[in-house]
Amino acid sequence: MEAQLQELKTQALEKIAEASNVKELNDVRVAYLGKKGPITDLLKGMGKLPAEERPKMGALVNVVREEVTTQLEGRMVILEEEAINQKLQSETIDITLPGRPVKTGNSHPLTRVVEEIEDLFISMGYEVAEGPEVEKDYYNFEALNLPKGHPARDMQDSFYITEDILLRTHTSPVQARTMEAKGGEPIKIICPGKVYRRDSDDATHSHQFTQIEGLVIGEDIRMSDLKGTLSVFAKKMFGDDREIRLRPSFFPFTEPSVEMDISCFKCGGSGCNVCKKTGWIEILGAGMVHPNVLEMAGYDSKRLTGFAFGMGPERIAMLKYGVEDIRHFYTNDVRFLSQFQRTEL
Amino acid sequence: MLVSINWLKDYVNTQQLPPAELGEKITRSGIEVDAVIDRSHGMTNIVVGYVESCVKHPEADKLSICQVNVGEEIAQIICGAPNIAAGQKVIVARPGATLPGDIKIKKAKLRGEESHGMICSLQELGIEGKLVPKAYAEGIYVLPEDAETGSDVITNFDLDDTVLELGLTPNRADAMSMLGVAYEVGAILSEEVQLPEISYKEASDTAASMLTLNVDAPEANPLYVAKVVRNIKVQESPMWLQQRLMAAGVRPHNNVVDVTNYILMEYGQPLHAFDYDALDSGNITVRHAKEGEMITTLDDAERKLSGHHLVITNGEKPVAIAGVMGGANSEVSDSTTTVVIESAYFASGSVRQTSKDHGLRSDASSRYEKGVDPNRVIPAAERAAQLLSELAGGEVLAGSVVFDELNKEERIVKVSPDFINSRLGMKIAFEDMLDILNRLKFNTAAVNGQLVISVPTRRQDIQIPEDVVEEIARLYGYDEIPATLPEAETTPGGLTPYQAKRRIARNLMEGAGLLQATTYSLTSEKSAKQFALEETETTRLLMPMSEERSILRQSLLPHLLESVTYNTARRMDSVALYETGSVFLKGDDELLNEQEHLAVAMTGLWLDNSWQGEKKPVDFFVLKGIVESLGNKLGVQLTFERGQMDDLHPGRTAFIMLDGQRIGVMGQLHPTEQKARDLKTTVVMELNLATLLNLETEALVYTPVPRYPSMSRDVALVLSKIVEAGTIETVIRNAGGKLLKDVRVFDLYEGDKMEEGKKSVAFSLTYFDPEKTLTDEEVINAHEKVMAALTEVGAELRS
Repeated sequence: MEAQLQELKTQALEKIAEASNVKELNDVRVAYLGKKGPITDLLKGMGKLPAEERPKMGALVNVVREEVTTQLEGRMVILEEEAINQKLQSETIDITLPGRPVKTGNSHPLTRVVEEIEDLFISMGYEVAEGPEVEKDYYNFEALNLPKGHPARDMQDSFYITEDILLRTHTSPVQARTMEAKGGEPIKIICPGKVYRRDSDDATHSHQFTQIEGLVIGEDIRMSDLKGTLSVFAKKMFGDDREIRLRPSFFPFTEPSVEMDISCFKCGGSGCNVCKKTGWIEILGAGMVHPNVLEMAGYDSKRLTGFAFGMGPERIAMLKYGVEDIRHFYTNDVRFLSQFQRTEL
Repeated sequence: MLVSINWLKDYVNTQQLPPAELGEKITRSGIEVDAVIDRSHGMTNIVVGYVESCVKHPEADKLSICQVNVGEEIAQIICGAPNIAAGQKVIVARPGATLPGDIKIKKAKLRGEESHGMICSLQELGIEGKLVPKAYAEGIYVLPEDAETGSDVITNFDLDDTVLELGLTPNRADAMSMLGVAYEVGAILSEEVQLPEISYKEASDTAASMLTLNVDAPEANPLYVAKVVRNIKVQESPMWLQQRLMAAGVRPHNNVVDVTNYILMEYGQPLHAFDYDALDSGNITVRHAKEGEMITTLDDAERKLSGHHLVITNGEKPVAIAGVMGGANSEVSDSTTTVVIESAYFASGSVRQTSKDHGLRSDASSRYEKGVDPNRVIPAAERAAQLLSELAGGEVLAGSVVFDELNKEERIVKVSPDFINSRLGMKIAFEDMLDILNRLKFNTAAVNGQLVISVPTRRQDIQIPEDVVEEIARLYGYDEIPATLPEAETTPGGLTPYQAKRRIARNLMEGAGLLQATTYSLTSEKSAKQFALEETETTRLLMPMSEERSILRQSLLPHLLESVTYNTARRMDSVALYETGSVFLKGDDELLNEQEHLAVAMTGLWLDNSWQGEKKPVDFFVLKGIVESLGNKLGVQLTFERGQMDDLHPGRTAFIMLDGQRIGVMGQLHPTEQKARDLKTTVVMELNLATLLNLETEALVYTPVPRYPSMSRDVALVLSKIVEAGTIETVIRNAGGKLLKDVRVFDLYEGDKMEEGKKSVAFSLTYFDPEKTLTDEEVINAHEKVMAALTEVGAELRS
């Protein structure tokens, strides 16, 4: 019987070694260790043995059984791992195939520029003010020190609807309206919006375009405050190493009036195509609010002073992104629009 | 304004600054120099030649073979100009010369004949054709007889000059003259200004003996000076004068006209020369035109005049439109011997209106419009007399005929140094301020610590203390202004709820895959009302530039759809755009009712995941989902009602409703409209965004996360095809009681397994009690009520 047992063990171990997958190994388990298996049969057959042999034999059977079980489990671990590896192998995908597209749109480049400017000035305590695009001649011109017949009106050929109503030619009427509404109180606003002028559309002109203007009114507002504010703007918008310079200019609603240049962000001032070899790029117009404008809106120009500035988001977008034709902003070619997806932060 | 630096040097020392540097200084202190133009264009080897002989080329009709003395030698040059002739002094580009446009002159053979150089026109020297005197416009330029053969043309004829092109702002009318620019440059460089010295011999006869003057409109013409010059010989002007005019952008005509133009440029004072004999009355009368009176102007146009147009007459009929253009009937011609020189002050408003009415803009009118210097009217007339006597051999009659009621006093502006410094945020010393005002030639006195400034009449733009602040600052240098920030108390700043929500709406649209577009507000009559949500009149511009851009839009969709077509025509088949912007409706008051709208247009595929076999074309429901998300994001309950609108598919159109009010429309384009726009299936939406954004949003308070499980029941119903799912959903919701938390359509079947005219819609109902776990019995009770209600409306359970 002992020989029989050894024989069984040898057989079982062979079968275990031969099993090539989990299923075959399970069959081996059932065949040798199962309730109907030969080892169980052996144990059952022990009753026929003399009583004194039973413990020895029992121990022997258990040893064999344990060994077979250990071997089997060891083999099982290996086969299971193989099975998993095989499954993983078969499940391998081509990770270079494209992902399922997530459609993402994006804002228009002009909105992008306007919002960037808005947020910058909001962080400096400005509010955003808006107003109608169809405006009264009074707010568009007269309240801004441009009475009827003023020569500077030639600068802005306008779309009139009636003699007194027109499409605003700049966002300045929002300033005039805000001043009137504030009744002599300090102001800090930024005014973005669409404006219209009688220009034929070409690469650098558009009968419709956008502007963003700022207005600060308070006690002791000085021209140096204008310069400091514009300097912060230039650095935030175009880079920390930007310098600004002011050049005298003329606007009917400011006195003194200036134009602001920034040092070229492409060449840093040494001269390139962007700055037309000058090292400087004209960005905006500004000035100290003309006393006539303050007085017309009910402000005491002796007590309160202010500054104003205005710029064209189209120009800024054209400079920043290297866009060569203003009409791109209004054609809505998706090959153009979708390029303004990613952040620049 | 084009400023020749050589000419400028007559009046002010430019300290030999290189032109670009001078230009930069002028720009930095107030007048923008738009361009620095080198008139020599780097030309060399261009000399005066004498045409000794000139014969026709045997092989070419239009060419001549010339033997030209160029100083060192006689050169044979082939010339194609029609006006070439023996005995002329001409401009010769020798072999090796460079002409503008990088043209190099080489020896050449033309039809077998050698040519050693080129005889030049002025255009070939880089002068614009419209500035070349008419006599030479179609051929070579002929130099004066006394030009020295072989001498250098560039230096001898003032082409070694640089022109500064000034971009003048409307306030700087003073710089529309060489003298004005000289004062500006003098102030910048601290140099004195030399005015022209005027002296000439007068005849014993007086101007008054030949000419009488009446001014019947003293307000429009407060000053009129006339001088009479006789025995003049009308001919070509000397070279230097022609060159200066061409440098200033004026075409030379003859010595009389050229003198008036020269002084226009020099003094900024427009002058006009009348042929005295053609006046035929010995009288000048300035008056307003009679209604309907006619005049033929120098440009040969016949013009009808109105009562507010000021005219110069010979006492009877108009001979000039005052300050705008002369009349043909009194024009100076080659046979003129006596001229009347007019120098006058015409009120700017009158000239502006007249020049606008006639569409006539001249160098004269543009100066009058901005206001000429009252104190230069008389000197300019004297200067003209001088130059006519020098250049046209004229005899100037003694004195002038004058009407003068013009105030020529200087304006006084008082300002304190503190005011100046506090406006600028600077500490400029009093002495520095005085120095700047002296450089500007503003007579200034210091009275009780105040600057009392007498402003020269050439500077009409200096009127108030702030104007003085600017003068001081610009000449002190804007670079010297420190950079500070306002010292006032800080304010919070920020967006209004409306503005913040607009950004949220835009972000949602973009997150949903739409690109933001921007289209024009002006549109055509045809497009103005298409897709408009409200029925109101359209608004038209008084003077549109084109019919395409003549009316204010009432809907964003027509232009948005144009943008979609623009893209699909370029083979981008899937396009999804949105726009926010104003539409313009007739309002209650004179301003329009501007409403901010949001519009969407989509075509092509919504999802294109081809290699995984997923393709989803846009349809009504893709867009509806976006609108629903917008409502959720903005915290408003949007509902949809079947609707109709022109150019939308009658079965696929819905109105977007808010609290029973129609605020928008969405749908698929009508197939006819799609075809007209060359589009495939396209869905659109437009809603009144302002209404949505103006709503106050409720405070957000959280609902506890469910602690008990919910139970769901699915029902598949057979319905008549015309019954809408929304109707059934309402029936279910109404019958479901408070335990019914949600109803959702999860299947729709309209295939051929259904009976004719029927469809199957499956709903999933969710029951839930926040207080406890539901029992089967409770759910069965609630669900039975729902089933009963469904049976009542004729919905059968699908077997």
